[in-house]
Amino acid sequence: MSLDAAAIHERLQAKFGQKLSHFEAAAKQPFAVVAADAIADVAAFLKADPELAFDNLMCLSAVDYPKEMPPRMEMVYHLLSYRHAHQFVLKVHLPREEPRLPSVEASWGVANWHEREAFDLFGIVFEGHSDLRRILLPDDWQGHPLRKDWQDPDFYNGMHVKPTAQMAERAAGGEAIGIGPFAFTPPNKHVG
Amino acid sequence: MDLLSSLLGGVLAGQPAWLLALVAALICATLLVTFMALGPIAYVYAETKLAGFFQDRIGPKRVGPHGLLQTIADAVKLMFKEAIFPAAADKFLFVLAPCLVVVGAFLGFVVIPFGTRLQTADLNIGLFYVVAVSSLSTVGIIMAGWASNNKYALFGAMRSAAQIVSYEIPAVFSMLVIVMIVGSLSLQDVVNAQHGGIGYWFLFRYFPLNLIAFLVFFTASLAECNRAPFDIPEAESELVAGFHTEYSGFFFAMFFMAEYTEMFIVSAVASVLFLGGYLAPHPMLQTVGGLGLGPLWLFLKAFTLIFIMMWLRWTLPRLRVDQLMHVAWKVLLPISMTLAVVVGGLVLVPATRWGFGLWDRTWAWVVAIGIVAYLIVGMFRAIQWSRTRNRVMATS
Amino acid sequence: MAIETAWTAAELDTDEMVLQMGPQHPSTHGVLRIELRTDGEVVKAARPHIGYLHRCFEKHSENVDYPGVIPYTDRMDYVASMGNSLGYALAVEKLMAIEVSPYVQTIRVIMAELQRIASHCIAVGTYGMDIGAFTPFLHLLRDREKILDLFEWTCGARLLYNYNWIGGLSHDVPDGFVRACRQFLREYEAITHPELMDLLIGNKIFIKRTAGVGVCPVELAINYDLTGPNLRGSGLPRDLRKDEPYSGYENYQFEVPVGKGEYGPVGSCFDRNIVRAHEMAESAKIIHQAMDRLEKLDKSDVREKVPKRVKPAKGEIYARSEAPRGQLGYYVVADGTGVNPYRVKVKSPCFTAMSVFHVLAKGMYLADIIALIGSLDVVLGEIDR
Repeated sequence: MSLDAAAIHERLQAKFGQKLSHFEAAAKQPFAVVAADAIADVAAFLKADPELAFDNLMCLSAVDYPKEMPPRMEMVYHLLSYRHAHQFVLKVHLPREEPRLPSVEASWGVANWHEREAFDLFGIVFEGHSDLRRILLPDDWQGHPLRKDWQDPDFYNGMHVKPTAQMAERAAGGEAIGIGPFAFTPPNKHVG
Repeated sequence: MDLLSSLLGGVLAGQPAWLLALVAALICATLLVTFMALGPIAYVYAETKLAGFFQDRIGPKRVGPHGLLQTIADAVKLMFKEAIFPAAADKFLFVLAPCLVVVGAFLGFVVIPFGTRLQTADLNIGLFYVVAVSSLSTVGIIMAGWASNNKYALFGAMRSAAQIVSYEIPAVFSMLVIVMIVGSLSLQDVVNAQHGGIGYWFLFRYFPLNLIAFLVFFTASLAECNRAPFDIPEAESELVAGFHTEYSGFFFAMFFMAEYTEMFIVSAVASVLFLGGYLAPHPMLQTVGGLGLGPLWLFLKAFTLIFIMMWLRWTLPRLRVDQLMHVAWKVLLPISMTLAVVVGGLVLVPATRWGFGLWDRTWAWVVAIGIVAYLIVGMFRAIQWSRTRNRVMATS
Repeated sequence: MAIETAWTAAELDTDEMVLQMGPQHPSTHGVLRIELRTDGEVVKAARPHIGYLHRCFEKHSENVDYPGVIPYTDRMDYVASMGNSLGYALAVEKLMAIEVSPYVQTIRVIMAELQRIASHCIAVGTYGMDIGAFTPFLHLLRDREKILDLFEWTCGARLLYNYNWIGGLSHDVPDGFVRACRQFLREYEAITHPELMDLLIGNKIFIKRTAGVGVCPVELAINYDLTGPNLRGSGLPRDLRKDEPYSGYENYQFEVPVGKGEYGPVGSCFDRNIVRAHEMAESAKIIHQAMDRLEKLDKSDVREKVPKRVKPAKGEIYARSEAPRGQLGYYVVADGTGVNPYRVKVKSPCFTAMSVFHVLAKGMYLADIIALIGSLDVVLGEIDR
């Protein structure tokens, strides 16, 4: 039996009253904000409860909001129930420095890789994750690139990260780069 | 070879016999090596062209007219390619392995009868010799896998060895059926027992028992050559290229030469055992104007079997290793053993000493005419199908 | 770059071997590295390593404007690009509440379904090649070439189209497209599809290799978010085109093929493949109906609803579409200021399909590992983005 977002939020509130801080009913896809330490229990409840039965985690995203008041990172959980054909969205607000929250891997196995990706690209640490290590970037990469305050490093393992920028600087400084038809021309502002 | 000796005796009269034998042997060896080296060129061309036609494309067409020189170009390329030796490989074994495989294939030519007197050596243990010598290739394969110092190569080599060894047994039991009928291991005797036209070929004796034996032998030979559905060691595109991963350049060419030669040997042996060797389907077609057509008939039969091998390769998927072993030990072996026992029993009974008589000969003509009719009907249907196809593709 | 190995020497049993199926493969699925711990032929544990094709799609999408993201989406699942840009265009249109005309919707359906056939040609063809049957791949590629010719005729590109724009399309279908498409479908349905079912799917050896291999029960599939043919192969008939129709899919009659487990437990590699093969025939049906509908609709300008500047109000949306490999989901966050998206997160179906690999691979033979990856139909561009 398919429930709408308000009904789902009611059931959640009945169980986890204080842990839910906000319910945005007016959004196109209504979401509830859950406290970071309760997310694993909320996930387990949402999966196990026979009327909610959220057996599928559609998407697990992390978003960085440095300019909001207060600055935060959000974890967004898009849930789906195949049994009842209803959907819901959970959000968790995290501080931008040292973001940590429990892993929901025990409820949905797919969260393993999604959380590894969030750790890799944002630096969010998932407690209780079985194998938290980088997934997309090289294992020895420093930093978390999808954060809004990310700066590209100059070098990675001895390689220029932005060769055209460095070459443009050197060319501006008078150095001749390239020979004849292969002489280096500074890039225009749309390239590299 | 004794033919050559006698011919030479005419030319080099008065020389001691051992010299004649030596010269004859050298000439024979040269001829066979030439034939063996040129053979794969034709087979590879046939394979690539057939692969093209089966896959709805043309195959090689640019190098030479209709791509005839493509294989020669490939061979030349392979010869000039750098032969890379892995640093940690066992140099001696690494080089020896392809030689062993090639020698194992080449030695099989010695006993194949191309005509009544056109045989390098009519050993009285001819069949036994063929089986023994093809096992030499197995040693070469294991050596290749070991000497490459590569986990995957070792894997592939072990699988290949297990496969070849397993499939030799049903093959030998099928051969045993023929040996029991003939009473001799000599390949010339086997052919002589099939005189009289297609009705007397061993394929149709004790119909359908020998037919089943032929199918078992053919399937087992496919596995011997690492071909068609049994090519786990060769086309291990799943992991890497199997036991010849680390080989490049001419050594790689040697492996492939050996494989195609082995295909020919196995087809030739099958033709000799079951399809009458160098005998024509009807005695009238055996000689034309005094010139014996024996070799032509043998080549025709062997090439037909090679064509079928290639056809199977491009049609069927690969069997997994355990399924392969299952087929060998649980399917082919019981069938071939039963056949050997049954045919052996029938041979002991005087009435069925050489077969079921008229029953066999009738079935032989029925099958022969049936195959010819099927081919002709198939040709018409293919023409009709391609007309339909062209019509479908042309309408708009 | 420091290469990570999964197990230290102390953890390994002396009989076991660690094999790397390295980033370079003879099979065409992309740059994927799998570490296998095997005991002879049997795999004890498998660990896939991805990221070799990571091109920072999500970071790039924050630095270009909304329409500028579309070429990036094409390059994710480069084998089936129409589906990627369609999913993104649908997401942003939902965010901005843009309704496209039925004409545009119908063309989108035609292109998406043609792309589905082309993508499954690669999926089933390369799967046959991995199993060892070389010929069906070339026959299927012959038909894929015809589809790519149709695409090239329409928008100029064979592989990466930049076709589905926010609010419309980049090019209208040319005159004669419907005729050419019908001819292709005639050839496909008369020649290729029966041959495929006969030569490959019905082949005894193929069945032996795939039935009972890599069985994924339905609960595991849902738990690990397997979607599309992978989920339908496990027996659950969920298809977004039927459950939550978009772009006019509710107007077409078609069936959703489901794995039935004719030759073994439901959810094996065979089931996933036969679902894909049947889906190709169903897509042909949809295209016929869509073209009938297209001929009846008035021709309208395909770019009429495309906004001059795409600047959605503050909001966010998660929109899913049925790509050939599964459910493709776009989570688009707009902050209301500026023409660049604030965040675009992609949930690609192959990412989740790959995440279940280590569970399914336990206890399989080495040769079946390849069969398993092929049956999950992974394209690394989509996994790594």
